Amino acid sequence: MVDVAIVAFAQLPSVRCNPVADEAELVQPVTKAAMDAVGLTQSDIGFTCSGSCDYLVGRPFSFVAAVDGLQACPPIRESHVEMDGAWALYEAFVRLLHGDLDTALVFSFGKCSVGPVPDILNVQNDPYCVQSLGLDSISAAALQARALLDAGKATERDFAEIAVRCRRDAKDNPNAHLKGDFDVDAILAEPYISSPLRKSLCSPLSDAAAAIVLATGDKARALVDRPAWIRGIDHRVEPHSLGARDLTVSPSTLIAAERAGVGRDKVDVAELYAPFAPQEIILREALGLPGEAAVNPSGGALAANSVMTAGLIRLGEAAQRVLDGRADRAVGHATSGACLQQNLVAVMEGE
Amino acid sequence: MAERCAVIGIGQTHHKESRPDLSLAGLVREAALRALEEAEMTFADIDAVVLGTAPDMFEGVAMPELYLADALGAAGKPIFRVHTAGSVGGSTTIVATHLVQAGVHQKVLTVAFEKQSEANAMWALSPAIPFQPQLVAGAGGYFAPLMRSYIRRHDAHPDTGCVVAVKDRDNGLLNPYAHLHLHQTLDEVRASPMLWDPIRYSETCPSSDGACAMVLVNDANAARVDNPAWVLGTSVRTERTFFAGRDQVNPVAGRQCAKDVYDQAGITNPLREIDCAEVYVPFSWFEPMWLENLGFCEPGEGWKMTMDGKTRRDGVCPFNMSGGVMCTNPIGASGMIRFAEAARQVRGTADAHQIDGARRALGHAYGGGSQFFAMWVVGSERP
Amino acid sequence: MSEPLRAPYVLEYTFRRTPGPIMGRFLDGLRYETLEGVKTADGRVLFPPREYDETGTAVTNEWVTLRPFGTVRSWSWVEQPRTDHPLSKPFAWALVQLDGADTSIVHAVDAGDAKHMKTGMRVRVRWAHHKSGTVKDIECFEPHSLVMPAPSRLEFEVYPGRHYTAYLKALEEGRFIGGKSGADGKVYVPPRAADPTNGQPATEYVDLADTGVLTTFTVVRIPFPGQKLDPPYCFGAIVLDGADMPIYHLISGVPYDQIRMGMRVKAKWKPREQWGPSLENILYFEPTGEPDVPFEDYAEHL
Repeated sequence: MVDVAIVAFAQLPSVRCNPVADEAELVQPVTKAAMDAVGLTQSDIGFTCSGSCDYLVGRPFSFVAAVDGLQACPPIRESHVEMDGAWALYEAFVRLLHGDLDTALVFSFGKCSVGPVPDILNVQNDPYCVQSLGLDSISAAALQARALLDAGKATERDFAEIAVRCRRDAKDNPNAHLKGDFDVDAILAEPYISSPLRKSLCSPLSDAAAAIVLATGDKARALVDRPAWIRGIDHRVEPHSLGARDLTVSPSTLIAAERAGVGRDKVDVAELYAPFAPQEIILREALGLPGEAAVNPSGGALAANSVMTAGLIRLGEAAQRVLDGRADRAVGHATSGACLQQNLVAVMEGE
Repeated sequence: MAERCAVIGIGQTHHKESRPDLSLAGLVREAALRALEEAEMTFADIDAVVLGTAPDMFEGVAMPELYLADALGAAGKPIFRVHTAGSVGGSTTIVATHLVQAGVHQKVLTVAFEKQSEANAMWALSPAIPFQPQLVAGAGGYFAPLMRSYIRRHDAHPDTGCVVAVKDRDNGLLNPYAHLHLHQTLDEVRASPMLWDPIRYSETCPSSDGACAMVLVNDANAARVDNPAWVLGTSVRTERTFFAGRDQVNPVAGRQCAKDVYDQAGITNPLREIDCAEVYVPFSWFEPMWLENLGFCEPGEGWKMTMDGKTRRDGVCPFNMSGGVMCTNPIGASGMIRFAEAARQVRGTADAHQIDGARRALGHAYGGGSQFFAMWVVGSERP
Repeated sequence: MSEPLRAPYVLEYTFRRTPGPIMGRFLDGLRYETLEGVKTADGRVLFPPREYDETGTAVTNEWVTLRPFGTVRSWSWVEQPRTDHPLSKPFAWALVQLDGADTSIVHAVDAGDAKHMKTGMRVRVRWAHHKSGTVKDIECFEPHSLVMPAPSRLEFEVYPGRHYTAYLKALEEGRFIGGKSGADGKVYVPPRAADPTNGQPATEYVDLADTGVLTTFTVVRIPFPGQKLDPPYCFGAIVLDGADMPIYHLISGVPYDQIRMGMRVKAKWKPREQWGPSLENILYFEPTGEPDVPFEDYAEHL
């Protein structure tokens, strides 16, 4: 059995708009920073995998442009997923399980500043029956939030308290850009965007990039004192149609959490990718997080949400707390699709 | 020690210029259900789904694994989406293979598709983006100069591309799934209009609607059929679109990828040890170039092999027995069709285009500016 | 012979039709956008329904609801409709067999142009706005495409990136620049975020000539949408003097059949007042007239 660990994590600070960097100029510094942290260069890396979405910037093959940010001469073993970088990490994790390679570089990048993200995410919807209605991502999440309220599982005040907590915690996170002391009542006085969602219950949209270095067994131990061993990782999807799902629960997260072994031991910290405040409630329940777990100490997606990268950042933020000794056992989560259609859960532990 | 992986089910659509009878979901299901049927399975038997397709703008559905999740029976399971440009069908198969080899899953369904008729590939490939040079030369305009470089470098016979076109179209006549069923003479190909000098109309691939699917399983499940195709090696390589001294005719990434996959399969002389190959040839001149890149001959000898008939079905090095990309090109699926057709050969299920006694076969895909490569070698004998 | 006597005469009357139980049920259904056929004794479906089949055998009392889609079995194009025709613009008469029916109904097809008509084509019912319980409650048929138009429009902004911006700004001043990383780095055009061999960004910009060698090319002879030039024209790879990799541009100023690999070329710039941050400041590259470069000298760039 091959043990795989996260040994390095780097991110570019999330900002509302990074007008100067193209794909390659996002990828080059962040991959270099992750590799520098453990003294590696691209030629030491066994496998490279990235996650991104062409539609985010409205042009095909944005990952090809990203390869221009890499040292790929001589050629590299490389793959790409049109998914959040968290799934690129999953592919790299599986590749390392073969045992013939001992390191992998995972990265993702996203520029949300250049296009209408809520409308772009409508392009994920059923092209025959939903897309032409223009169901944006905020309105879809609002249907889910309403379902939570109607089921008596939460109140609008609960939603606002999550947003306040996340942005307060983010004050300690130099990479987050929407942070500070918010007020629950002030949020509850905000107008609805798509009711019951108000602006402060939605994530900000960000430009960012992130990179993670994975290593196996002894290689990981040689690179860092305290690797963040990936003890379990799994992802699951749900049916696409919102009308075919109970939106107040996340059965895919539940399965993924069970298979990743979240409940096998204590959880010190959990970084959840909940782009809308109500979704944190659903995810906490599905993950079965114990009360003492610190949820989204980075501020989570409500403090910075670079679509396609925010999931990988969640895994990185969780792993970093194991790497630097602040946590013994951490959970990272990523999501994709409208109303948490697809979810990935990883459990990381120190030695 | 990695698990062994075998192909026990293969399905593809009847590829056509347009399949207006099917939705996107219907298209992938036609292939997936055929693969499951061949494996004597249903969606319920499958542990995970790996989906591949080329840029999302080809169909105007972003991250279509989300929309297609239930169509592929993936609800409650993992579904994964690969995108590596033209090589994606190959890369997708390899990701699925890795899930089995790593012991993560026992039974994986992999599917690739393209429904080119729902959009316009030229629009999707080269939207008018500010500051970017516009595509002034069209789809073949990037590759035609490489053909000229190849011809100049090796003084290749000018008919080589025509000979490949005639051979692949003849092969396609034997394949009921192929998009083009077209008998052409050498003179007809030669007389077809020159589009991008030196590429003629008949030396280009069609654009198709189509999907392909395979069921990949571990050792314990391979016995469900009596003729699994065993995966003997997989490899991917990437190089940059441009770098100083880049050999675009014979890219080093392709050479390294081939060497890697041969090493895994224990192959030292591909010409002798590989019985047939399904290789991504969207313009006919790529056949001699890939013959050399894949090590079936020395540089400069590829066009001679083609002209000598060595790549015909009755030759020593059959290439694209199914008719290949020259007959069928649903872009995102084309690479997986190559991998699947290689597997059909070693399973002995390639029907009219079967190479008798094929025991080891190569599947190949490439993408971008000849910079992304994915390959596998499959065999009839359990490794 | 004098003019014969003549006078206008109109035969006009509104009959009181009693269509009977079978036709009556059919026509009443049309009022409510319901299409029903009737089954014959031998199991076929007549649409429009009648009391008997073509052999005179009475039909059954079994009705079949049909969907408003069918196939054209025959047609005739009418370029100049007559006054009583169901449509006042050019249209087709057609025999339309609804899906699930064994017989066809004669009706009009609004197809816009005769070239859209084809035996075997799919059509669908267009209902009249005001219904009166007659066969004209079907206003006509219209072509039914399996294709559903799905417009999509998203607005983006484009930022070309730091190094590419520098490249475009230089072009705006009529210059080419390349980038290199480190003193012995290769010169890339445009400058790069990462040198392919060492992964480092370009640290230095170098000015390049607007002359170079044409390494390889194609002659484009195919028209395609969005094309800016009339074929045939030439598109090629040019290694600028001082650069270590090619750029691509149009080659002109010489008959295309005289273009050669290894030819020395120079940029043909637009008038200065038309320059912007774009490679389009250069119309094309044209021969300098210098001797060709030997193959060996540029072979590494192919």
